[in-house]
Amino acid sequence: MAQNISALLIFLGALFMFIAALGVARMPDLFTRMHSSTKSATLGVGLIMLGAAFHFGEIGMTMRVIAIIVFVLLTAPVAAHMLGRAAYFAGVPLWEGTLSDALRGHYDRRTHRLISDEKVEENLPEGDVAV
Amino acid sequence: MILWLTVALLIAAVLLCLYRVARGPSLPDRVVGLDLLSSVTVGFIAVYAVISGEIIYIDVATVLALIAFLGTVAFAYFIEKGGMPWRKT
Repeated sequence: MAQNISALLIFLGALFMFIAALGVARMPDLFTRMHSSTKSATLGVGLIMLGAAFHFGEIGMTMRVIAIIVFVLLTAPVAAHMLGRAAYFAGVPLWEGTLSDALRGHYDRRTHRLISDEKVEENLPEGDVAV
Repeated sequence: MILWLTVALLIAAVLLCLYRVARGPSLPDRVVGLDLLSSVTVGFIAVYAVISGEIIYIDVATVLALIAFLGTVAFAYFIEKGGMPWRKT
C-alpha cells in the first residue's frame, strides 16, 4: 500500500516538473516563463520528496525530507522574486500581447527605488537593454 | 515500472530546460532555465534514491538544493548590478 502511494506521489511530482519545463520552453515571455517554472517546480520537488519518504518509511529519512521541503518552500519564492526584479530593471521586454504593466513608471531605474504614489519619468530609453 | 516512466518524464524536462538555456534571448531567460534544471535534478536524485534503495542520496539532494539557491541569487545580483554592459541587444 505504501509502495503504491509512493509511486503515485513520485509520478505526480515528475508530471508537475515536466509541465514546468514545458512552460519554460513554450511560454513567450520571461515573466510568464517564471510564472510557469517556480510554482510547479516547487510542487514537483515536494511531491517527489514525499514519495521518497513514503517509500523508505524511516524517521530519519522523513526528517530530511521535511527539511528539504521547508527549505525549498522558503527559498524558491525569494530566488524568483530577486530574478524577476533584476530582469525588470535590466529592461527585458514584455510579451507584445501584454495588456497592462502595473510597475511601469513606478520604479526609478537609477536608484532602484519603488515610488508608489507619483509617477517618475523613465530615465532609461526603452531599447537600452544590457543583458 | 512506473518509476521508469517517471525517469522518462524527468529526462524530457531536462531536455526542455536545456533548450531554453541554449535558445533564451536574454540572460535572465537562461538563468530561469538553469534554476528549473537544478530543481529537476534534485527530483531526479530523489527518484534515483528510491530506485537504488540508498538513503544517502537524499543528502546529495539537500546539498544540491542549497547550492542551486545560492547560484540563482548570485545571478540575480549580477543582473541587477548591470549585467553584461558590453552586450547591447
